This record gives sequence, C-alpha cells and structure tokens, in this order.
Amino acid sequence: MKQTLLLALLTLFASGMAHAADQMRMAVTTSFHNSGLADVLLPQIANDLDLEVQLLVVGTGQALKLGEAGDVDAILVHSRAAEEAFVEGGYGTHRREIMYNDFVFVGPANDPAIIGGAGAAEDVLQRIAEAEAVFVSRGDDSGTHKKELSLWAEAGLDADTFDGWYNAVGAGMGAALNTASGLNAYVLSDRASWLNFGNKGDLVLLFAGDPVLFNQYAYLPVNPARHDHVKSDLAAKLERWLTSAPAQALIVGYTIEGETLFVFNAE
Amino acid sequence: MRHAFWLVVTFDAELAEIALRSLRVTLTALVIACLIALPLAALLAVRRFRWRRATIALLNALMGLPPVVVGLIVYIFLSRSGPFGALGLLFTPTAMIVAQVIIIVPLIASIAHQSLRELWAEYHDLLISMNVTQMQKMRTLIWDARRALLTAALAGFGRGIGEVGAIMIVGGNIDNATRVLTTAIALETGKGEFALALALGFVLIALALGVNLAIHWIGQTERDSRW
Amino acid sequence: MVTELFPVTLKGAETSRRGKRLVGPVDLSLDGQGLCVVLGPNGSGKTTLLRLMHGTARLTGGTVQWACDMDTARHHQAFVFQRPVVLRRTVEENLTYPLRLRGVDRKAAKAAAQDWAERVGLGQHLTRRAMVLSGGEQQKLAIARALITNPALVFLDEPTASLDGRAMREIEAILLQAKADGTRLILSTHDMGQARRIADEVVFILGGQVHETGPAKMFFDTPKTPEARAFLKGDIVE
Ligand SMILES: Nc1ncnc2c1ncn2[C@@H]1O[C@H](COP(=O)(O)OP(=O)(O)OP(=O)(O)O)[C@@H](O)[C@H]1O
Ligand SMILES: [Mg+2]
Repeated sequence: MKQTLLLALLTLFASGMAHAADQMRMAVTTSFHNSGLADVLLPQIANDLDLEVQLLVVGTGQALKLGEAGDVDAILVHSRAAEEAFVEGGYGTHRREIMYNDFVFVGPANDPAIIGGAGAAEDVLQRIAEAEAVFVSRGDDSGTHKKELSLWAEAGLDADTFDGWYNAVGAGMGAALNTASGLNAYVLSDRASWLNFGNKGDLVLLFAGDPVLFNQYAYLPVNPARHDHVKSDLAAKLERWLTSAPAQALIVGYTIEGETLFVFNAE
Repeated sequence: MRHAFWLVVTFDAELAEIALRSLRVTLTALVIACLIALPLAALLAVRRFRWRRATIALLNALMGLPPVVVGLIVYIFLSRSGPFGALGLLFTPTAMIVAQVIIIVPLIASIAHQSLRELWAEYHDLLISMNVTQMQKMRTLIWDARRALLTAALAGFGRGIGEVGAIMIVGGNIDNATRVLTTAIALETGKGEFALALALGFVLIALALGVNLAIHWIGQTERDSRW
Repeated sequence: MVTELFPVTLKGAETSRRGKRLVGPVDLSLDGQGLCVVLGPNGSGKTTLLRLMHGTARLTGGTVQWACDMDTARHHQAFVFQRPVVLRRTVEENLTYPLRLRGVDRKAAKAAAQDWAERVGLGQHLTRRAMVLSGGEQQKLAIARALITNPALVFLDEPTASLDGRAMREIEAILLQAKADGTRLILSTHDMGQARRIADEVVFILGGQVHETGPAKMFFDTPKTPEARAFLKGDIVE
C-alpha cells in the first residue's frame, strides 16, 4: 500500500514538462496579456524558433524594473517616455516599435455623464468630472494608468483633487474592470482587455477612436553589457521574428468577436 | 457554477498540469520544511540553551509573518541584482519552494514544539535515566509524537498550498512554468473568468482535502494493524 | 559485572534546591549483593536519595563514589520510577527500546522482549499500546524494561505504592527472582510490611537524614534510634 503511494509521489515529482530547446523570459504588460494575442504568438514562436518564451505578466512599472534588475531578457510594454528613459539609462539596447492598439472608455449602459456624444477624449473626461460620475482608475502606475493621468492633465483636470466618485483601485486591468462592473462605473481600458473581459455586467463600450487613445507597444531587449547572463542572442532572434511578415500576419489577423485589435507598425 | 463543475469534470490537460505543479511545489516545500522544523522543534524541547526562549518567541512571531513580505524578501534576494542573483532562481519553481519553506517552517516548528514539549515532560526522567544522547532523545520524541507531528505537517501543507501572495511574487505566475492553482485563480479572477477561477478553486479544495484524507488514512491503517 | 560497580560510597553527599537542603549529608556504603530497602515516611527524601545515587539529582556537596567511573556505572544501572513512565508505543516496543539503544539487533531484541513479557505476565499483551495497560501492568512493564538489559543494579522507587495486594506480590516475586539471578536491587518504600518481607538490608531515612543502616533482621529486631523505634511501632514520625 505504502509502496503504491510512494510510487505515485515519485511519478509526480519525476514528471517534468517537455520544454523547447531554448528558453527566455519576457516581461509584458497585463493589458497585452489580457488581449490573448500571446496565446496565438507563443506557439508559433515555439514552432518557428524552437524557443519557449516565458511571460511575466506585470504592470509597465514592474516590467521596466525587471529589465533593470536583469531578471528578464526583454520587455514588451507601452509607455513611451518610460521606455526612452530605460534605453537612456543603459538598461536596454534599443527600443523597437512593434504594433499598437487603442484605449476605450467603458461605462454603464445608461451613460449618466453622456460621454457617448463627446467629440474627443478630453471632452469625455470633462463630462465625467462635471457629472461626478463614478470612475475607476487603475492607480497602479501601469502604462494604462499613466495614460489615464496624462489624459486628465490634457483635459485641464487634476486627478489628485477628485473626491468620492474617483476610485483608484491599485490593481491590474481585470481587477479594475471587475470593480467598475461592480460599481457600475466608468473606466479607461485597453480594447483587448475589454473585449476579452468575461464579467461585463451592465458595462458597454461608450467612446473610442480619438488618436490620443492609441497605444504603442515597443520591444526592448535588456542590455547584456549590464547583465552578462541575459540571453541577448535569443532576444535578438525574437525581435527578428516579431518584426517579420509571419508575425505581421498573425497580429493583424487576430480578432476578438470579429474586431481587429492591433495595427502592426514595425519598421 | 454549472460551467465550473463542467470544467472540473472534464479535467482538461492544462488544469491537471497546474494542479500537479501546485502539489509538487508544496509537497517538496513541505518535506524540506519538515526536515528543518521537526529537528528544530525537538531540539528546543530537549535542550536548554541560552537563546532557547528567544528562539521559541521568534518562531511564534514568525508564524504570523505575512506571506507577501516573505515573497518580497525572497524576491529581493534571488533577483539578478540581489545577493543570490547568480543562481538565476527567480521565477522558477525552486524560488516558490524557497518562499513556501520560509512561510511554513515557523508554523510547523511551533505546533510541533507544543506537542514535543508535552511528550518530553512525560519522557524526561526515563530518558535522562537511560543516559541517551541528545540525538536519540530527539529521535525518540519525533517518532513517538508522529501523529501530532503529522497534524503539524498538515497545517503546513494547508498554508502552503493555499498561499498566493509570496509565490505570485517569486514565481511570476509564468504559464507552463510557475503557474499554480492559487496564482491561476488570481489571474482568472482578474480576467473576469469566474467559472474557470471557481473550477480551479474546486480543484484546490479537492487537493487539500485529498491530501488530508490520505494522510489520515495512512495513520488509520497503522493504528488498525497495530492496536 | 557486579564487582565493577561496587562498593558505592557516599561521603557527605547532599542535594539542595534554592538553598534548601533536601537530603543529606549522607554517609553510606553499599556492596553488590541482595535487596536493599530505603525505608521512610512520605517526604523523607527516599526518591531524592535514590536519584542522588543514580546521578540524576544534582550533587551539591560531598561525593558519590562508584568502583568505576560514573558513566560506566550509569550504563549498568536502571531506574524504575514511582509513577511508571511508559513510552507511547506497544508493550513490545517499550521492551526493545533500551536494547535497541544499546545496538542489539532487532531479532534478538524481539526475542528478549517476548521472554521478559512472559516473565512478568504480559505475554498476552505484546502488541497492545502500553498507555492502555492498568497501573499494575504498566509498573510490571517498567520493571521488565529495567531488567531487560541485564543491569548490575536497579533502583526501584516505591514500585508498588499504588497497587493492590495481588499485584504487589507478583511484583515482589519478580524482584526476588531478579535478585536470585544476581541483580543488585535498591528499593524505596514507606510500607514496613513490604520491607519486612523482602529486605536484606535497610537504610532508614527521615527528614533527609539517614538514621540507620544495617542488615534487615537487626534493624527490625533491635532498632538503635528512637525515630526508627517509633516508626516501627507505627507511630507517625516527622
Ligand atoms: N525538585 C524539588 N524542588 C524542591 N523540593 C523538592 C524537589 N524534589 C523533592 N523536593 C522535596 O524534598 C523532600 C523529599 O522529597 P522526596 O521526593 O525525595 O521524598 P520521598 O521520600 O520520595 O516521598 P514520597 O514517599 O512521598 O515519594 C520533600 O519535602 C520534597 O518536597
Ligand atoms: Mg518518592
């Protein structure tokens, strides 16, 4: 009896997983991961390059920190200023733009702040502030959060001065959407997270399309001069693949509920 | 709810892999933690040394250690720019095991110490009279208190398998590498995929119960065969 | 083997706790034959005296000198406690425990356990948990476990204090057999009847002081001190 149990345990511990020949780690943002695009790209990468890309799904801030510490080999994020500072600081070799998607405003179907008819993103935020309609903010220093703050600033408003109706949840996109769904609140989300979100409740997409809402993703290999253990050859291989025609086909061909999410713009 | 049950019943390959990984990480951590905690608890019971009381107090205090903080500290130590960075352990199952060991050692040691101390009070005169070595004392205590120690180990297992904060930080929740039940639940909840999260939750509960029952059952067969 | 340990000599031996002297100073010399009874009322210091000789009570003054070094002496002794201590194991495992500690192989240890269990009337109970035995059975087990290593000397601290007449006689028979097999026994008791039945020599202790030592017959027939006379008469002595 005990032998059987022991055997079962041994099998359990011995059962390693089949791995691709090469492995590398890439930090990506929550919003990218929530888009589901990774699930399409990674198997193809494993197939074409015999390379297993392990994704660390974190906020932009942490992704950059992981790169700085040398805990990942490359990062894929969307926060231009921070990315440039990253390369400037010598943490990354360079910044390569890959693709963009866009942010959307989501809110309760009855739209109490009437943002549906707004002309621009600025206008949307002014209407929400005016109506003091309940709003959920990521509040986690992520790319999406930074984007939201810059939009408030452009609208001539300061998020720090808002009271009760403004809720900074300090969490990822999914958690923020969950909160918004629970509070029936407005929230800024990337389109992919929104489309993939399973708990929409009474929320609907109310505003999109303003070019300021475009969301550029860039690929940054971590600098091997700083961390010699970094797998820069694999990172370079991945970069070549991400900017190649097969990748382009997969990226622009990726849809959720019939909607194309990403525009490929690598040069 | 229906959907969640369906997912459990069909038990797809990915779910199985995640569940197995959970089990493997926590059982490994448990074995290591027991190898540290039980001798430590026995030593604290049989030996009067200068820092004994302080150590016991420290263990009790560490029991309440927030796992996230453990995770953070392990993270800082294992990060490439940390003191043990060269080992390249961050974001591997090993890192998760390290964090879990740190979290459950104080718990197991504290509970084990309680029962070993009681047993030591009972055995003290006899073992002193027999002039046994420190090592033999510890072995006798651990063996004779094995039922109580099993309970301590189970408490450790429960805490380990249900832990999310620390292993999320040090494991990174990487698909196919460090994703375990708890972190997968956090992830799926984040995506609003409550059915899948719930299904994972069922599996987690089933695992915890299953291991508990299995261990109790082993204890039971032992009792039957003997007494 | 007996000659290795004895004679044991106590010179001004005493033990104190927090400045209070519990026993002593004791001057005493014992050789390696027969059954010695340490007799005295409750609280007189019997347990402490036995522990002092055994080496598990701290000697705070004087000396306890064996014919060999202390470690060797201890190796050839066993102690049976006033309240029997049994391991949370089966009867058999209780009996094999001291043998296994001494490196006896499993098979030989089991055979010895079987033998001793039968000698003390526990042959039917080998596989039972020791904890569920009756008080008398536990005491017999403790005695068998003490004797199983074939020690030169066994201390027995009031081994029959809480037992009824039948169990008492059974245990006395076991002890007399052990004596006949050449084991030196030092047994404490407050039961004069028992002392009369089994003692070869008597150490009379009162208030932590040894008042009289000598052959049993002499002690019972012609006690020298007034305290011993009073105790023998059945008076309450302090
Ligand atoms: N560890 C100790 N600390 C303080 N006092 C003690 C200690 N051990 C024994 N004593 C005291 O020493 C005296 C002798 O105790 P001891 O146990 O030797 O008596 P005893 O003759 O065995 O009594 P009994 O017949 O009740 O077993 C008692 O007054 C007891 O209270
Ligand atoms: Mg006593």
